[in-house]
Amino acid sequence: MTSAMLNLSTSIPWLTLLGVVPLVGSVIVLLLPRARETLAKQVALGFSLVTLVLTVVMALGFDAGSSAPFQFSEKYEWVTSLGISYSVGVDGIGLVLVALATVLVPIVMLSGWNDVAAGTTGRGTVKGYFALILALETCMVGVFAATDVFLFYVFFEVMLIPTFFLIGRFGGAKRAYASVKFLIYSLVGGLLMLAALIGLYVVSANVLGHGTFDFMQLVGIDIDPGTEKLLFLGFFIAFAIKAPLWPFHTWLPDAAREATPATAILLIGVLDKVGTFGMIRYLLPIFPAASQWFAPLVIALAVIGIIYGALVALGQSDMKRLFAYSSMSHFGFIALGIFVFTSQGMSGSVFYMLAHGLATAALFAVGGFLMSRRGGSSLISDYGGVAKVAPILGGFFMFAALSALALPALAPFVGEFLVLLGTFERYIVIAVIATIGIVLSAAYALRLYQKTMTGPVAPGIDGMKDLGGREFTSLFPVFALTLVLGVIPGIALNVINPAVDRTLTTVGQTDPQPQLTGTEGGQP
Amino acid sequence: MEVTTAAGGAFAYLWLLIGFPLVGAAILLFGGKRTNRWGHYVGTLAVVASAVYAVILLLALMGRSAEERTAVQHIADWVFINKFSASIALQLDQLSMVFVLLITIVGSLIHVYSIGYMKDDPDRRRFFGFLNLFVAAMLLLVLADNYLLLYAGWEGVGLASFLLIGFWQYKNSAAAAAKKAFVMNRIGDIGLSLGIMLIFVTFGSVTFSTVFDQADQANDTTMTWIGLLLLLAACGKSAQFPLQAWLLDAMEGPTPVSALIHAATMVTAGVYLIVRSGPIFDQTIVASTVVVIIGTITMFLGAFIGSAKDEIKKALAGSTMSQIGYMVLAAGLGPVGYVFAIFHLLTHGVFKANLFLGAGSVMHGMKNRENMRRYGALRAAMIVTWLSFMAATFAIMGIPPFSGFWSKDDIIHAAFEHNIIIGICAVLAAGFTGFYMTRMLVMTFFGKARWEDDQHPHESPPVMTIPLIILGIGSIFTGMALLFWGNIETWLEPVTGFETRELAVPAVVLEAITLVVVLIGAGIAIAMYRRSVAVEAPKGNVLVRAARNSMYDDAINDTIAVRPTYWLSRSLVWADRSVIDGIVGGSAAFVGGLSGRMRRLQSGFVRSYALAMLGGAVLVVVVMLLVRLP
Repeated sequence: MTSAMLNLSTSIPWLTLLGVVPLVGSVIVLLLPRARETLAKQVALGFSLVTLVLTVVMALGFDAGSSAPFQFSEKYEWVTSLGISYSVGVDGIGLVLVALATVLVPIVMLSGWNDVAAGTTGRGTVKGYFALILALETCMVGVFAATDVFLFYVFFEVMLIPTFFLIGRFGGAKRAYASVKFLIYSLVGGLLMLAALIGLYVVSANVLGHGTFDFMQLVGIDIDPGTEKLLFLGFFIAFAIKAPLWPFHTWLPDAAREATPATAILLIGVLDKVGTFGMIRYLLPIFPAASQWFAPLVIALAVIGIIYGALVALGQSDMKRLFAYSSMSHFGFIALGIFVFTSQGMSGSVFYMLAHGLATAALFAVGGFLMSRRGGSSLISDYGGVAKVAPILGGFFMFAALSALALPALAPFVGEFLVLLGTFERYIVIAVIATIGIVLSAAYALRLYQKTMTGPVAPGIDGMKDLGGREFTSLFPVFALTLVLGVIPGIALNVINPAVDRTLTTVGQTDPQPQLTGTEGGQP
Repeated sequence: MEVTTAAGGAFAYLWLLIGFPLVGAAILLFGGKRTNRWGHYVGTLAVVASAVYAVILLLALMGRSAEERTAVQHIADWVFINKFSASIALQLDQLSMVFVLLITIVGSLIHVYSIGYMKDDPDRRRFFGFLNLFVAAMLLLVLADNYLLLYAGWEGVGLASFLLIGFWQYKNSAAAAAKKAFVMNRIGDIGLSLGIMLIFVTFGSVTFSTVFDQADQANDTTMTWIGLLLLLAACGKSAQFPLQAWLLDAMEGPTPVSALIHAATMVTAGVYLIVRSGPIFDQTIVASTVVVIIGTITMFLGAFIGSAKDEIKKALAGSTMSQIGYMVLAAGLGPVGYVFAIFHLLTHGVFKANLFLGAGSVMHGMKNRENMRRYGALRAAMIVTWLSFMAATFAIMGIPPFSGFWSKDDIIHAAFEHNIIIGICAVLAAGFTGFYMTRMLVMTFFGKARWEDDQHPHESPPVMTIPLIILGIGSIFTGMALLFWGNIETWLEPVTGFETRELAVPAVVLEAITLVVVLIGAGIAIAMYRRSVAVEAPKGNVLVRAARNSMYDDAINDTIAVRPTYWLSRSLVWADRSVIDGIVGGSAAFVGGLSGRMRRLQSGFVRSYALAMLGGAVLVVVVMLLVRLP
């Protein structure tokens, strides 16, 4: 890259651009006439693709070796009196999550192309659906890019609005119940976080002499241990509801059950990652002592979640609820990797967030295609022998199941293995328990495959159409990315690893040494 | 200490070994219907190409001195963070080489055979795609230069096995068997995962050479744990006690699959893992003793089951279990036994593939029916199948000079060197082998015809019989070839180590005793089945009934694992709905209030609530903007 181009690429406010483009798209889609449904879809897809291209160009300019904590940083004063600024920037962790969001949006638009027209139960319009997805994209970019805690909070809360409408207006029969439950859980979390945020501001005012919400200034701030624990809890519960950890998870199965597949993918694949992202970005660096103090508790919740989620998934008779509990189990892995404080664990967690986003997309998309062929039924017992009738659909379903059970050479394996390894380094017993999850995940994923795809062709399945061009086009990138990241995870690990190391240094943690170090060896 | 050389010359394209079948699989699986017509040829060619390259590699390796027969090719970084790194790197040494030859050559023959066997199956293309995928994964397993990459191959063969057992997935039994195999293998994978983690935490690396160089410096307890964890993995993959129950069900797959995956190659991966990890097991007497015990138990378990089953493939599956038991037993003996474990693995790979393909050929001529009580006198109808089957039967029984004689005798010899009780067990199990194999041979090819009325047995086409002939010749000569021409002992020694100890009795005496025991077993079988075989299985005594039910393995697993898991699962589903949702949702009142409000939702509650929220959010933003203005 020539220096002129370099200057150009660094002077562009990339992250703001990534946020503004879908927002503009959203407004334009809303302004289109209601009857021009296809046009609305096309415009929305176009804007999401532009955002994706911009993300790719931006990501190519990311310097993994840079010593700066954040890149593509922008900062504008906002509420000077309160120390609030509009400041954005990404490290490797933020980058992969922004990329995840912008990759998945066009995919869900394509896979959910006919969701709304088909689901006539909803009261929303087609253009409304697509405009909301674009608006949500803006929030997702913002929440991962914010480097001001208050700005993060604003995106964290505003995100609820499009999500609430997406579930409540376009979902299944019990969508109202699911959306309000989602909203109440989220608002409770948000409220606690707001309280903690104000507390943090007060602390910063006392310690620094001026109150601030700037992330870099808050890192390493000296907080009274009791206060730190309280503030930690405020943030933690908000994140644990979002992620969701056991026992804060019960909104998820309902939301996943009632939402359209596209909404579910964005909700579980991306939005929920805000919880685990928040733990890494905010909890650990700002409250390092409290994070360690609470680590045993969080680890316990995480490992309970892994086993509990997998066991409940095994007993589900409803496909979408099964997906939700499977995700809950995987969120357990992600949280576990974060709170064991090893580089393997945390890199594994971040990688798993990415991989799980793709795995969720695969499950809900292919599951959605399947259900749309059977009047939207998500009851497992309504299916059987599908692979014989629709082999391509069956093949993708197999792939989605393998993704969920983290087969090596697929992306989730890398994340899961690194998390387990990082856990094993510190807590062998916990790692052993968590490893049981790999048997249970195989059991529920293959049980689902067996019941739906194999065996004699069930009544109502005969003559089921195989995947069409649009459906194939939306699934193939997910498949390809999952495979590529599974075989050459270095693409992502190269940018994730330095950010993880920096976070762990901030928290003051180093990896345990192997018993025998180096080739010269020697007993410990 | 061996010298590791960079992969140059003939070794520069090691990845092609895996590349050919992998590309084959990709073409067949993604190519869709348009490859239906010629897909099976592509699949076969891919494996033949690997086999040809494998032979070239063998010649190149033989051209090097014994210390320089390790070539490593680094292809790419794979998983890495700080001190942990696992590369995509292939390592070809003497041990990998013999496996590569077995996999590609036997694999080629089975591919050719399948062209005929699967001729009328509408999904033949997919079948060849899965077979290619299997070969690629299996080659990755034996060529990996580190444990994590081995794990990838390990799961890859598991996946291929799953897909192929369930190939006729429209049958419920096939789909269930496939799932059972995968899930039970995953239990073994717990061992492999944790083993790899413990290896990393101990040695700071998962690369074979680094780990093995330091193996003598780690403490015994750690090594014992690593050994036991790897053994658990081996038990899953190699159907050893207590994870053996999936193998008999795996016979639901098409017969070539049983031959390639569930007899010749994949199920022996556990033996490979143990022998490959020899430097670890050498440090832990506890773990290696457990290996011997597991091997011995399975050796008898398989023999019992094989002696009682009436379906030809299931009887053979029992036999496979038993023979792998032999190998595991040998592998547990340490450097005395590693070489012979591999030796037997190779000869077994050939003659067991022969037996399965023979069984397949019989079934092909008998409308795919498996019940040997409905066979009999088939030798006239299928001469080639009969003769090759008989060669393989003599081989597995250990009749000199057939190939099994050399390898099994070496194991028995080594077992006696180690411990007289284990030695006696190995001889006794040989007697069982004599019994169940003769029983199979007699019930199928000799005696009176007990065919159902619609049967018209016929010999299979040449595309199937030619592989049988080649394998039949292999059943006779592989043992001698490996021992006298290939010098298997000195060939493997740089990798596995090799030692012998003096025996109290001369080897010839031991061989004679073994042979007598085998012949007694065979004699009993002839006495029992030569004259007449009941078309309906007699009820039998307690032991026979147990063996016929695979020693009640399914019932045991159901009681101790499957049913408790599902019970727990159902309880948690209930608790999640009624307890957790209730408590965390606030309280019963909260939920009640929520559902009460639900009714009002229909009348615009959502709208007003959402509007209020939106208004609030907008207000927040507006206030922020306004506050900034001054």
